[in-house]
Amino acid sequence: MATAEHIENPPAELGEGGVRRRDFLNIAAVSVAAVGGVATLFPLITQMSPSADVLALASIEVDLAGIEPGQAIKTTWRKQPIFVRNLTPQEIAAANATPLADLRDPQTLAERTQEGHGNWLITLAVCTHLGCVPLGAAEGENRGEFGGYFCPCHGSHYDTAGRIRKGPAPLNLEVPEYAFTSDTIVKIG
Amino acid sequence: MSFPWARQYDPKNPFMRWMDEKLPLPRLVYNAVGAGYPVPRNLNYFWNFGVLAGLALVIQIVTGIVLAMHYAASGDIAFNSVEHIMRDVNSGWLFRYLHANGASLFFVAIYIHMFRGLYYGSYKPPREMVWLLGLVIYLLMMATAFMGYVLPWGQMSFWGAQVITGFFSAIPLVGEEIRVWLLGGYAPDGATLNRFFSLHYLLPFVIAGVVILHIWALHIPGSGNPAGIDVKGEQDTVPFHPYYTAKDGFGVGIFLILLAIMTFFLPNYLGHADNYIPANPLSTPAHIVPEWYFWPFYAILRAFTVDLILPAKLWGVLAMFASILLLFFLPWLDRSPVRSGNYRPQFRIWFWVLVLDVLILGWMGGLPPEEPYVMISQVATIYYFAHFLIILPIVSRIERPLPLPNSITEAILRPGKGEQQAPPGMGSEHQPGDPEPRPAGQEA
Amino acid sequence: MVRLIAFLVGIGLVGVLAFSLITGAVNFIADPPQATVEHEFHEEPRDVAFASDGPFGHFDRQQLQRGFHVYRDVCAACHSLGLVTFRDLEQIGFSEAEIDAIAAQWIREVPSVNPETGEADTRPAIAADRIPAVYANEVAARAANNNALPPDLSLITKAREGGAAYVYSLLTGYQNPPAELPAENRPGPGLYYNPYFANLNLAMTPPLTADGQVAYAAGNPPATRDQMARDVSAFLIWAAEPKLEERHALGWAVIIFLIFATALAWLAYQNIWRDRH
Repeated sequence: MATAEHIENPPAELGEGGVRRRDFLNIAAVSVAAVGGVATLFPLITQMSPSADVLALASIEVDLAGIEPGQAIKTTWRKQPIFVRNLTPQEIAAANATPLADLRDPQTLAERTQEGHGNWLITLAVCTHLGCVPLGAAEGENRGEFGGYFCPCHGSHYDTAGRIRKGPAPLNLEVPEYAFTSDTIVKIG
Repeated sequence: MSFPWARQYDPKNPFMRWMDEKLPLPRLVYNAVGAGYPVPRNLNYFWNFGVLAGLALVIQIVTGIVLAMHYAASGDIAFNSVEHIMRDVNSGWLFRYLHANGASLFFVAIYIHMFRGLYYGSYKPPREMVWLLGLVIYLLMMATAFMGYVLPWGQMSFWGAQVITGFFSAIPLVGEEIRVWLLGGYAPDGATLNRFFSLHYLLPFVIAGVVILHIWALHIPGSGNPAGIDVKGEQDTVPFHPYYTAKDGFGVGIFLILLAIMTFFLPNYLGHADNYIPANPLSTPAHIVPEWYFWPFYAILRAFTVDLILPAKLWGVLAMFASILLLFFLPWLDRSPVRSGNYRPQFRIWFWVLVLDVLILGWMGGLPPEEPYVMISQVATIYYFAHFLIILPIVSRIERPLPLPNSITEAILRPGKGEQQAPPGMGSEHQPGDPEPRPAGQEA
Repeated sequence: MVRLIAFLVGIGLVGVLAFSLITGAVNFIADPPQATVEHEFHEEPRDVAFASDGPFGHFDRQQLQRGFHVYRDVCAACHSLGLVTFRDLEQIGFSEAEIDAIAAQWIREVPSVNPETGEADTRPAIAADRIPAVYANEVAARAANNNALPPDLSLITKAREGGAAYVYSLLTGYQNPPAELPAENRPGPGLYYNPYFANLNLAMTPPLTADGQVAYAAGNPPATRDQMARDVSAFLIWAAEPKLEERHALGWAVIIFLIFATALAWLAYQNIWRDRH
């Protein structure tokens, strides 16, 4: 706006009298214009946030009935891949046997599952390093040195509880918010 | 450019001095729209509209970039993606309505700017190049506006694309091929939509480039003024900043209030209901018209109804293009040495007839092509061409202009006979004995 | 030279136009245009007030909810509302639980893919879904409606001249054709006379036929036909322009701010020009 400029160089020939009132008016006009300009930035910035239809898809339901122990499926939530794994007793035992002191991001398996559904490990399938999808959900894929997931992009190894054990990733695979609506239906988000 | 008394850029701050040595961009701005540009002191509010048109261009580019982030140029989803903007995108409705109504106010500003140029002889030497570049901007604006109107892919969008590209099929021999080439098909479709979107995004930046040339060309002779006489000395000018930046600030406020009223309370007033119906290639709306800013040209197009040597369709298209192209020759059609209409008593009469004539053409262009509207358009079109091609060259030869004031300062302090006859808002800035500078149009 | 060419071009164009004008005028006198029957019997939409009218307009949520019920129980049999999602109903005052129930019990299911076989299937709607389309495509819609196409109603109040008043007038405007209506303009089979419709004969069966057709909850005005037409028109204003209240509220804030800023700009302008007499 043109008003944003007009106080920088008050004409030199202005008389002494009334200078303060003049300056005040000009400063006020420019300040109000600046406030308007800043307020305009708000919609310009927020328009890039997720729109209402994207936010509305924030929860999904997954049917667990067909997943045998030892198997995992991939599904999507908020356009991100999700691993849902039915842990075998051996995998649970292996996870529980790991001392917390060995972990980069110490968490027990129990903290990463829900009570009464301790065999269901539900995590985002997004490596916490730089966002690749780790291997290990499908039959025959490389599950890494710790029998969980392995991210081929930069070599991060996750254990059977989806915890980071080796490689560059800083954190365990994230566990989304979810709730069991029945024994075989889980609502994520 | 510039007058010898123009202030020199003199940065005090060491960083600005460094900047001035390496890239004198602040100096450029200072000399273009800052204190370094001396401007006649008698400009009236009609001289606000260049800045307002520039502001409108900025608003269109900013809101357009936002809309492009959410819009999808595909025949199947374009319509729904616009509704997605209206319903789901944060503040999406605001940007869409600002963009749609901003386009209309852009044309309002441009038409008043052109009116100013026509009345005060801004197209005359030494400012012919300013006028020619302005017409280039106007043509680019029309192309941009038309392609933008196609993007929502409603009924008016589709049929507008069909009809406007149909102009080219009037060209003998190769017309139909050119039309098919423009559309990328035999009827408007996904290919058309995609290329129009691409060009609609490109052209505003071309316009911005031509605007820079337009301002550059203006700064060589300096701004004109309502008295139409040359600047004689320092007492005739004031620095652009702060005098005209302040005046433009006020103008900007009024412009934004109007834009806000349209956007928030009458967002669809200037639109067409049919454009909220998705494009349907099998059914044309009962009454198709372009947006209001094309109505005068639409009336000229439809005024030719009879085959005479050439087919009526070709006459209409030729005349429509001619009605704009003749403006490029205006500096050489009107050879009167007097610029301002204030001192041209006969020109002024014909000029106001022209204004009325264009308003009538606009009115007729928005109505269905039925009698008696077509006959009225024909009379109005006759006058339009006669005015520029026949009357203006003759008037400029036989007219005896009123005596011009000796200087701009004299025009302000002792308005001549011609000025007192000027219609409200057209005259000088101040009445005799009025100590306060009151803008034109505010006089009692 | 330029002026000579311009003069010749000008004379040429004026000549062609004058010829067109004379031809047109002769035809106009010899064969004056007749007013069409549509022109003569067609009526402009009736005046009807809605809470959302004008710069202070807002939505009457009770009315919108009643209008939604009319849409669901009457219009939705043939007319889609494809741009509105169930979650949007929260804006007109339904609770999340109510919306989940409305979506789950909707008269149509949402097309989906059977996860076992991959074949086309349907599933119950959820809040995030758009209101399911009535017909799979235009051909199906025409086949089911005697070759007439029931338009989607999402934008109907913006897509018709007259807006909601037109919708209201159309819904309440069914009547017997006037005696003086020429025979060729009388409604044929499957058509109904309605002077608010552009060509007077509408393929839509009169939708609101009896008072109390839609059951309104206690505390609402009686469900007369007029009231139902009003309510559903108000609901469709919301469906077409759900951001209307937000727009009005922001509009007032922006305009008051701009008036204040412009007044200051005016004062600053006067201030700066004061020394230039």
